[in-house]
Amino acid sequence: MKHLFVKRAVAATLAAALPMAALAADKPESLKIGMTAFLTGPASVFGVPARDATEIMVENINAEGGINGVPIDISFIDEGAGAESLTSEYRRMVESGGAEVMLASISSGNCQTIAPLAEDLQVPNLMWDCGTQRIFEENDYKYVFRTQANATPEMLASVIYLLKTKPDFNTIAVVNQDYAWGRDSWDIFSTALKAMKPDVEVVAEFFPKFGSPDFSTEISRLQALNPDVILSTSWGGDLDTFVQQASQRGLLNSSTFVLPLAESSLERLGSALTEGHIVGARGDHYFLHPERRDDADFQAFMKQYEEKTGEVSVYPVFHASQAMAALTTAYEKAIADNGVEWPSEEQLLAALEGLEFQGLGRPVKLREDNQGVEAQLMGTSVQTGDYPFATLENIMIFDGAELTTPVGEISTEWVGSLDAGFVDSVSVDTYEN
Amino acid sequence: MNLAIFLLALFDGVAYAALVFIVALGLTLIFGVMRILNVAHGSLYAIGAYASVSLTGYALSLGFAPVLAFPLMIVSAVLVGILIGAPLEKFLLRRIYDKSEVLQLLMTFAVFMILEDVQRLVWGTRPYFDSSALQVLGNVTVFGVTYTAYQMILLPLIAVALLLGMRFFLRHTVTGKLITATTEDREAAQSIGVDADKVFLFTFVIGAILAGLGGALASPTTSILPGMGADMIVLSFAVVATAGLGQIEGAALTALMIGLGRSFAVYLYPEISVLVPYLIMVLVLLVRPEGLFGTPGARKI
Amino acid sequence: MTTTTEQSKVNARMKNPLFLLWIIGILAIAAVPFAMPSLQLLVSFAMAKGLGVLGVTVLLRAGQVSFGHALYFGISAYAGAFLMASMPGTDFVIVMIAGTLGAVLAGLLVGLFVVRYRGIFFGMLNLAFSMIFWSILEKFYHYTGGADGIRLPRPTVLGNTLDHVQFELVLFYTAMVLMVALGWFTTRWFASPIGQLFQTIKTNETRLEYLGVSPRRALLSGYLLSAALCGVGGVMMGMAQGVVTPEYVWWVRSAEMVFIAVLGGAGSVQGAFLGALIYEFVRTYASVYAGDIWQMILGGFLLIIILFAPGGLIAILNSLFNRGSGKGGTGK
Repeated sequence: MKHLFVKRAVAATLAAALPMAALAADKPESLKIGMTAFLTGPASVFGVPARDATEIMVENINAEGGINGVPIDISFIDEGAGAESLTSEYRRMVESGGAEVMLASISSGNCQTIAPLAEDLQVPNLMWDCGTQRIFEENDYKYVFRTQANATPEMLASVIYLLKTKPDFNTIAVVNQDYAWGRDSWDIFSTALKAMKPDVEVVAEFFPKFGSPDFSTEISRLQALNPDVILSTSWGGDLDTFVQQASQRGLLNSSTFVLPLAESSLERLGSALTEGHIVGARGDHYFLHPERRDDADFQAFMKQYEEKTGEVSVYPVFHASQAMAALTTAYEKAIADNGVEWPSEEQLLAALEGLEFQGLGRPVKLREDNQGVEAQLMGTSVQTGDYPFATLENIMIFDGAELTTPVGEISTEWVGSLDAGFVDSVSVDTYEN
Repeated sequence: MNLAIFLLALFDGVAYAALVFIVALGLTLIFGVMRILNVAHGSLYAIGAYASVSLTGYALSLGFAPVLAFPLMIVSAVLVGILIGAPLEKFLLRRIYDKSEVLQLLMTFAVFMILEDVQRLVWGTRPYFDSSALQVLGNVTVFGVTYTAYQMILLPLIAVALLLGMRFFLRHTVTGKLITATTEDREAAQSIGVDADKVFLFTFVIGAILAGLGGALASPTTSILPGMGADMIVLSFAVVATAGLGQIEGAALTALMIGLGRSFAVYLYPEISVLVPYLIMVLVLLVRPEGLFGTPGARKI
Repeated sequence: MTTTTEQSKVNARMKNPLFLLWIIGILAIAAVPFAMPSLQLLVSFAMAKGLGVLGVTVLLRAGQVSFGHALYFGISAYAGAFLMASMPGTDFVIVMIAGTLGAVLAGLLVGLFVVRYRGIFFGMLNLAFSMIFWSILEKFYHYTGGADGIRLPRPTVLGNTLDHVQFELVLFYTAMVLMVALGWFTTRWFASPIGQLFQTIKTNETRLEYLGVSPRRALLSGYLLSAALCGVGGVMMGMAQGVVTPEYVWWVRSAEMVFIAVLGGAGSVQGAFLGALIYEFVRTYASVYAGDIWQMILGGFLLIIILFAPGGLIAILNSLFNRGSGKGGTGK
């Protein structure tokens, strides 16, 4: 794929040299897009499924002729190579590689760097996975859109589920990754929790380095403190290691774990994740989604994915499906609305505004600040024996609109203004499993 | 801080120190004898860990009992030392003994870079996890805190055994004395007929085995990821420089200081726990410029 | 140093075919934004890194290797980022000055301490300081942005706000001018009395003391220069990238700088830049086309250089161009 880029760089440069007209653009030979994901390092257990899933989706789209006959040509950038390498590659892909749309990123830290860069380079960028809520709250963007929720609804869903299922706990500790996501998600969770349950006591806050291989000391300390609840918004290899080590030391028996991102680790954790822990999926993403698992398109994709990778789908896959759905829906809408063969950049951006699309979960809608509104699924872990790993029971799906910070407000302030009554006021659909 | 927390920090620190010591032991031995700071030591550590996990996984899949993990660790370490350490010394390092220290160090850095990619090619980029060795030994509960017996008892025991064994070896066996002599004064040793080439090869292989052993012993306690070699090597440098180059007792003491320093920091002020080893190094060298146990070299005029 | 020797040296250099090569090289670089614009960013990075490597090279002339010089590269970049955060819209020259000052200040503080040591301890202590700084950058999230780092937004240029294409061009030529100017300055510094004293630390330090000169002072002067050079490179890199992260000071970066210095030719000014250029090229293209094994390729490359051409690329070039014309060459 990279050789194609080199060959077509000349054509792309020439095309880029033409002024961006408000009129329709000529149909390109292919729609070049770039996607960033963690392909190496501990976070790769998260990024590689997304890449595999996106490749399947692109193949499916191209098999049907592409978007209005234009096939998609996708390249991947490894976020695991570091922020500098990422920004260099991103620039190169946009400036000389001819990419029309970019999908970036997984890491909240990388999104914070890339959002202003995308705006500067004037390339439409879909934030397909990162969670930090600060990006749209601190700035307005024309070129950057988020095709999923952000930390606020996700953390609120976790807090509400916790308060509904375990209302009488007293102490909580947190073990989060030391970077934007870990810090921001804790800010929101703790503010919400203290607003809705003021008597709770935070007994410890740990922020081990992203990619940490060893949590022994943190686990010792937690055992000594013995909190009722332990929160960790970690994901990928870090979460795997933390849960496995905690399991070995018996910490999972003495505290209830709240793991809002653990859905992506269920299969890898196997029997290490015992029963009774709260698991989230950063959206309504679950390979046994109660509302979608009987739909034909859902089943077909699950089957394709399992055949290709040998694993069940996890939420990065769902997020990728939402980004791809947004992409194709936006192009089709722009083409239809303007009656052209292929939209200009202005037309594409106009189509993205307020777009509604559906990936593998419930439909998602983009608000006026380009933030996506997504439903949130939470459940409790159970080892049923049907699978060699934990699945979820007592599943609650919350409507995203009520949990997302109103446009123009700052999350920590809005969340801090809620109270205990909020817990019961949110609409929820409950399922046994 | 009450007694329970204090003891916990102590146990954590000792377990961590034991691992760091085993790796630093190999590094300081190599430096003491050959005056080369082996950057590739970190890669040997990582490969020891990967090899141990792969071998154990394979054995388990064949149906063998998990207790086999222990001898397999030793096997991995020896394999690393002989298959990688020996050729490294014989075919690469030996050619540049007459060159400057910088070049020798850079050569080991080049090998480190190569081995990092070798790890990725052979084992991929996803984390590996195999804790069967830990499960064999079970848990121990002290002051309401559950520890794995592996970390609390076995690792420190092995570290102490290695320390005493190495001391005995270096002081009371012929080969050991040859090594000590070559460390003290290479030229003088050569002039009385010591075959420096053989001594170097032997020392390097032992050092490499120790690095691999450190990795193999660490493997049940943590996730094996690419980059673990880079993290361990810079820590080992800190230990070796603080201890005094070539001083194995110094290395033990420094590893203990650093292990305890880090673990107490996690309990008291977690933000500085990563800083602690380097802070200790700077403070020690401020007071004793040759390292804790180092001897100032005579200056040739 | 008599005038006639200096004059004859200059004459020799003018006739040296290698000198012509440098002129051609600089002209080629000047043409890059027009002839090969896709390489512009890469060459900017290479020049910025080259300045950092020049800092390491200075110390190599005194026979000392620092394994922590990425510290100055990073401090300078972060100083620039903090400045832009507190005073948005600052001029880029001010940012560079701030960054370099930060690096020099740090160089003074660390230098006062490390000049007492030689050899491996010198190297390791520099490493320790850079790792301490790295740890601070990583852990104090609320001040330093932690592992994600901080953005370095585009500064203004002479009062104008530029778009990214224009700014990158300005940065490119600024880097080029600095490369030539600082390279020339460093070469002159080596020839100056202070520089000569500095280099005596490698050849015979004890005699320095017998002459009544403090070797520590001599080493410190060179150390400050090296920190300043590294600083200039770091802040330029920060402005080119737009983001500064703790990766800037990670120990592998320091080792890479030493790698490049040796690759180019230990102690050679031109070698620092040549090495940086080659390194950036190999790294970028290896990671694009052979993503999984680019480190292996670079490592193998280094091995070959060490085994077969320990004088680095400069030595190779020297021997190619000066064969038969007697002893020549511009660097050691």
